[in-house]
Amino acid sequence: MSWFTAHSLTIVTFFPLLGAVVIAFLRRDRTSSVRWVALLCSLLTFLMTVWLYFGFDSHRTGMQFEEFRIWMVLPPVNYHLGVDGLSMLLILLTGLLTPLSVLVSWSSITHRTKEFFLFLLALETGMIGVFAALDLVLFFVFWEVMLIPMYFLIGIWGHERRVYAAVKFILYTMTGSALMLTGILYLYNLTGTFDLPRVLDYLTATSLLSPQAERWLFLAFFVAFAIKVPLFPFHTWLPDAHVEAPTAGSVILAGVLLKMGTYGMLRFCLPLFPGASRAFAPVVCALAIIGIIYGALVAMVQPDLKKLVAYSSVAHLGFCVLGIFVFNAQGMEGSIYQMFSHGVSTGALFMLVGMLYDRRHTRLISEFGGLATSVPVYSTFFLIVALSSLGLPMLNGFVGEFLIIVGSYHSGALYAALAAAGVVLAAVYLLWMYQRVFYGDITNEKNRTLPDCNLREKLILTVVVVVIVAMGVYPQPFLRRMDRSVAFIMQRVERRTLLFTERAPAGHLGGGQ
Amino acid sequence: MMTLQTADMVRILPEIVLSIFGILVMVLEPFVPAGQKKLLGWMALLGVLAGGTATVRTSFEPGMAFRGSIAADGFSVYFIYLFLLVAGLVILGSMDYLERDHAQHGEFYALVLLGTVGMCFMAASTDLIMIFLGLEISSISTYILAGFRRADRLSNEAALKYFLLGSFATAFFLYGIAFVYGLTGTTNLLGASARLMEPSQWSTFARVALVLMFVGLAFKLSTVPFQIWTPDVYQGAPAPVTAFLSVGPKAAAFAVLLRLFLGSFASAGSVTFWILWISAALTMCLGNLAAIWQTNVKRLLAYSSIAHAGYILVGVAAGRSDGISAVMFYLVAYALMNVGAFILVAYLSGAGERLVQIEDYTGLALKRPGVAACLAVLFLSLAGFPTTAGFLAKFYVFRAAIHSHLVGLTVLALLNSVVSVYYYLRIVVAMYMREGKTETAGAVLPWPVRTALAVSVLGIFYLGLAPKLPLGLSTLSALPLPK
Repeated sequence: MSWFTAHSLTIVTFFPLLGAVVIAFLRRDRTSSVRWVALLCSLLTFLMTVWLYFGFDSHRTGMQFEEFRIWMVLPPVNYHLGVDGLSMLLILLTGLLTPLSVLVSWSSITHRTKEFFLFLLALETGMIGVFAALDLVLFFVFWEVMLIPMYFLIGIWGHERRVYAAVKFILYTMTGSALMLTGILYLYNLTGTFDLPRVLDYLTATSLLSPQAERWLFLAFFVAFAIKVPLFPFHTWLPDAHVEAPTAGSVILAGVLLKMGTYGMLRFCLPLFPGASRAFAPVVCALAIIGIIYGALVAMVQPDLKKLVAYSSVAHLGFCVLGIFVFNAQGMEGSIYQMFSHGVSTGALFMLVGMLYDRRHTRLISEFGGLATSVPVYSTFFLIVALSSLGLPMLNGFVGEFLIIVGSYHSGALYAALAAAGVVLAAVYLLWMYQRVFYGDITNEKNRTLPDCNLREKLILTVVVVVIVAMGVYPQPFLRRMDRSVAFIMQRVERRTLLFTERAPAGHLGGGQ
Repeated sequence: MMTLQTADMVRILPEIVLSIFGILVMVLEPFVPAGQKKLLGWMALLGVLAGGTATVRTSFEPGMAFRGSIAADGFSVYFIYLFLLVAGLVILGSMDYLERDHAQHGEFYALVLLGTVGMCFMAASTDLIMIFLGLEISSISTYILAGFRRADRLSNEAALKYFLLGSFATAFFLYGIAFVYGLTGTTNLLGASARLMEPSQWSTFARVALVLMFVGLAFKLSTVPFQIWTPDVYQGAPAPVTAFLSVGPKAAAFAVLLRLFLGSFASAGSVTFWILWISAALTMCLGNLAAIWQTNVKRLLAYSSIAHAGYILVGVAAGRSDGISAVMFYLVAYALMNVGAFILVAYLSGAGERLVQIEDYTGLALKRPGVAACLAVLFLSLAGFPTTAGFLAKFYVFRAAIHSHLVGLTVLALLNSVVSVYYYLRIVVAMYMREGKTETAGAVLPWPVRTALAVSVLGIFYLGLAPKLPLGLSTLSALPLPK
């Protein structure tokens, strides 16, 4: 037992990969065993993440379930894993979304089934690894490795322009990674270690970094994360990737992969380069708000359901970035909460669009109308999820957005006002879309005989709705687990800022209460 | 005058053993009946193994041989093992290829062994004349090998081109040696470097000598602007030969480059540095940008190997012991990836090498999933994805570069490797994401090829995941160099 507790994070991280290896040895034509192995493996992983989540001590600062082994001696790269409140929540999200993705793909993936589930499970290992890694190189390894299964998921099982979308996705992300790797190597050259906690200690204890170097390093990391989020000018890969990906791919992409960007900002940019974060905060907040408004406006005019959801992601992730860069506890907690709830809600929206696509093989809004009478159960689920995505109180989306807006009010009323406008716009595009698709008369005869949700789909959607309602009604247990981590990051940002103001009183530091 | 000492002989034992086996294969060739020529391949492989054993013996007898013209040190032993690995893989990968293309002749294996001898001498020599002899031995063998498909026009063109430009390049190198001799009165590296210790001793002529020697080596390294021959030769030569000459002579030239530029003539300082910096930058950019437009897999790999030479030069430009060990680690990774890729290309191309376009790989993943997976691993490793050798190799080189404050060059190299992802993935796209063509590549692989492939793919993962041992070796072997 003690062996298990000592290696719990390793087990959670690599268990899905074990499933992938098992699938690799199954025969190609045994598709149903492939599916069952994938489902069982991802469910067990989910149970383990839940177990970890409840084992997580919310009263302790710092990393938990830590593991440390030497991987390479020179340069000293270590296998260092650990989670805090932030990464724990995201690992839980990954654990939740993967079995749902397996279920969503249950009957829609009929072609090269074995490879599909193999890549899906390998992807889960990569994602959990990104959130659990505490060594810069290990983090980078997971960050890059995870691209390959995603690339195949989009490129093989996607729609018409899948190859274009897959290559665009991988090239955009890798450009960011190239800059980040330079930053990592530069930090190593300065501190002599790749170990994140030790790099942090060095940087806070000494003034190794000149403000100039700190800005460059911040940018090297930030651009990589901004591409992943994606923040406004870097977002063009996202609609392509989302629209072309198979349903499970979109769910994972929106649910987890985008969060890696915001996670990276919280984990690396803010604590490592607090001075530069402050300095760039006005620009970042402006870009985030542009993203919120722009994403919403573009979503409004999309004729394609999936594209609409994709652009809504740009807007929602804008909220997350805004919450991070207003530098206060509410904003940051709201941002983390929003990461989780966007993962669930937008993931669910993609699942719903995918179910519709399976039935009609189109996603054009104009093809539908009056679905509420022909598929009532489906329509009800869709409504709840859409309402959660637009931030209706008592559902999950509200908590995060509310906290972010309150937080941004502290650093500027204008930020809060513009962000709130984004919430209104979200209501506009989601409700307008809902009206066109589900209400009115049935204009297309094909829609009259659509089958309603089957048992599997009801199961998936019920799970989602339970999470949505639970998170909206009683967010306390989720928020309390991140308190310490947020306080820790805030403390880093503030203490280091003091040092900075002492040395460089010239006022580049912007923002701030 | 000169007495042969046992220690001297032991220090060149690997070269002796390889030469004996090479000559033996040549002599036995007429006595082996026509259908049995493969036996000669096995014999050559035995020669490689014997050479490996001999190298163990050599490594217990470190020191200089033949009055300071050969060094048996960690550096040379490391490179000899690298060349033996390459030779072994190439021989394993050629036997059935030659059978298929009706080119099964014993000379092939003899030439591979003798070429390897030349490379070993290049890495181990500490006398410019000896280095030149090694260069010539290895060059002449590879010229013949490049034209081994005698009936094929492209192969003949490749051999001629390689020969003409190669001899031109060796002439440059020789000219550089002449200058060094004129300035210092010796061709021995120890002696010559003793007379060029101080930066003030680097007269214009000494710098010219350095540049001339660099030009000579640059042809073998195929760095810009001396890369013109590379795509044509790599395309025209039989694929297993391309595997050999894209790795062996290149690694040997890097060994010489390290020994001369970072060892003996390190005091030249800024001249060396800027030559290396500029050729690294140009080579990476040109290799990658040209590779994007290729439709022939062999040409694509040719440009990719140019690009890789650029990355390796970044490590050389970084200098210091961590730059040297990064370069040495990179060369092993590069050898495994490139030899593996070319051997697979050789087999997928079918008789007469007809199927070498990217479209010919369409749908390979459905037809032959195992082969496609191996090729995908090799290409992802060339692109530098983590968990493969390609990533760690780049990682070490760039770490060394940042250590020497080459931030600009590192960013350039990393952005270049993003570009390279695009063209490496084109083949993955063809294999996995497009479907069906009537005639596609897809022969069944004979087991020696499978062995060679297994060695390179497993080696790639080994170097990428648990590099403790190889990394330690390259760090230790880099030690004897800087003086």
